Amino acid sequence: MIKSWVLAAIALLAAGHALAEEGDMALLPAGTDIKNMESLQRGARNFMNYCSGCHSLKYVRYNRLAADLKIPESELAANLMFTSDKAVDTINSAMPKDAEAWFGKQPPDLSLMARERGTDYLYSFLKGFYEDKTRPWGVNNLYLPSAAMPHVLQTLQGLQKAVFKNEVDAGGSARMVLVGVDAMTPGAMKPEEYDQFVRDIANFLDYVGEPIKEKRQSMGVFVTLFLLVFFVFAYLLKKEYWKDVH
Amino acid sequence: MAAAPESADSSTGGSLIGWIDQRFPLSKLWKEQVSEYYVPKNFNFWYYFGVLSLLVLANQLITGIFLTMNYKPSSAEAFSSVEYIMRDVEWGWLIRYMHSTGASAFFIVIYLHMFRALLYGSHRKPRELIWIFGCLIFLLLMAEGFMGYVLPWGNMSYWGAQVIVSLFGSLPYIGGTLVEWIRGDYYIADATLNRFFALHVAALPLALVFLVIAHLMALHEVGSNNPDGVNIKKYKDAQGHPLDGIPFHPYYTVKDMVGVAGFLLLFCGVIFFAPTFGGLFLESPNFEPANALQTPPHIAPVWYFTPFYAMLRAVPSLFGTQVWGVLVMGGAIVVLFFLPWLDRSPVLSIRYRGPIYKVMLAIFVLSFIALGVCGLKPPSGIYPTLARVCTVLYFAFFLLMPWYTKLDSVKPVPERVTGHD
Repeated sequence: MIKSWVLAAIALLAAGHALAEEGDMALLPAGTDIKNMESLQRGARNFMNYCSGCHSLKYVRYNRLAADLKIPESELAANLMFTSDKAVDTINSAMPKDAEAWFGKQPPDLSLMARERGTDYLYSFLKGFYEDKTRPWGVNNLYLPSAAMPHVLQTLQGLQKAVFKNEVDAGGSARMVLVGVDAMTPGAMKPEEYDQFVRDIANFLDYVGEPIKEKRQSMGVFVTLFLLVFFVFAYLLKKEYWKDVH
Repeated sequence: MAAAPESADSSTGGSLIGWIDQRFPLSKLWKEQVSEYYVPKNFNFWYYFGVLSLLVLANQLITGIFLTMNYKPSSAEAFSSVEYIMRDVEWGWLIRYMHSTGASAFFIVIYLHMFRALLYGSHRKPRELIWIFGCLIFLLLMAEGFMGYVLPWGNMSYWGAQVIVSLFGSLPYIGGTLVEWIRGDYYIADATLNRFFALHVAALPLALVFLVIAHLMALHEVGSNNPDGVNIKKYKDAQGHPLDGIPFHPYYTVKDMVGVAGFLLLFCGVIFFAPTFGGLFLESPNFEPANALQTPPHIAPVWYFTPFYAMLRAVPSLFGTQVWGVLVMGGAIVVLFFLPWLDRSPVLSIRYRGPIYKVMLAIFVLSFIALGVCGLKPPSGIYPTLARVCTVLYFAFFLLMPWYTKLDSVKPVPERVTGHD
């Protein structure tokens, strides 16, 4: 009886939680993997070259990044450190204080963006720019309507156009609904290349959100194994002691 | 004359323990409270949650002390100092995750511990005071959890505090002044964070520890209940030990070790593989620093408060005030204190109770969980109605108890306990 209640309770909780997340536009699966060191290294390079001009990673230190991503310090200084000459420094952006006047808001720090929004969002967002002449930078984003950010990767991806669908609502009036994007003008990269390019950035930002993540998980395996062994011995000890309880 | 006590106890005089025993009742305490404290031999799965609460309390106290060494309780630095702990402090991430997961684990084990009381009548005579101390611990734990949640100074911390503190504003006459007094400012600000820190790390843990000691002293005075709800002190052997009792040490110390190992498997599973637990234990909007100008899209308290939050929202405003919801939410806690006197059944354990109590308890548990789900959701669609129905069911379980427990049929209770694990 009690067991079936517990099962029912767990089922109810699980069902409730599955319904918890709902966005306007379904996110694309990023398919990132923080164990993929090459992807993380490419992501770091992509980020430093295309994002770090405006976005800081103010909780991340260059030397920690180099150590975790197995980047030699010499390479770090030559290719990745654009805003500082000290490896212990945090990764600040080159953005001056009046950026707010240019974009309408200060470009956010991205240290924790992956933890706040998830890698699927980052991946989708970077693939979600489309032409919108009404916006200040001529582009809008499928996943962040009225985004203040210009399409920095336009030379790589090319430009997409919005796809609308006619929908008739319950009241009988027809309206145009944004349903997706489609390729318009090609960029320097093939679509698969671009996907991998932004996937690497999303992967890198996942690492940046929690640098210990990979180590935490691999440590967890050993902790679990130890506790399993401990559990068995504790159980045997209990059985031994309880032999004389009748 | 003055030398007499020393020479009289020469049998233990040589050892360190003997030296201490002459000055402090160490062996006496150990015997009375542990090695010769007799406990029913038929404890089952549900009896692990007491010792697990103690384990989690110790975890929170110890990890909390280490977090305090690097945390900065100021609105300008709090958020960054938590990230500093997560990234730059040696093992800081583990200490922080143990503390944040421990908060949720605390409520899980406490809820199950309280459920155990409902199953086997552990709150009934002569254990009313144990139950009341327990309810006070639960109340303090809620305050402790709430204030601790504000400390990382994320955007959900900020807006959660905003919503919860403003509840006090709905009280008539004193509301506005009271809210200002709690916040120490006209809005949730640096002063609020500072005082919440003081309460979270000093005042409340101190009170909690004292109450836990009182809870255990009262328990050891009357002895534990058991899944059969029978009094084991009725049948004793020649030495005066209960026939169905066994010494807490070593029998339950080794048995609890099994429970602790099982708990740690789950606890460490969360810490190492899912520390945010899908956004339930650490919510995603809280990875954004507090921002007084930007409300999160949907404000919900942490999962362990959501059943009570759902009740708050379920009550409509009447006569131009929201105070009714606040009263209902407070009433949901207050009613717990009266449980020992609401239950009029002649038997303690669910094993010998009739179908009415079993059905009522099942409805109560499902309503409580459903309320928890409602509290996580925006108040739209089916949820407001569901929350209202479940609020009524929650209170029905307690307020109708004097009648349905009397009405219910009972099975004969055995004289002695029935078997053990």
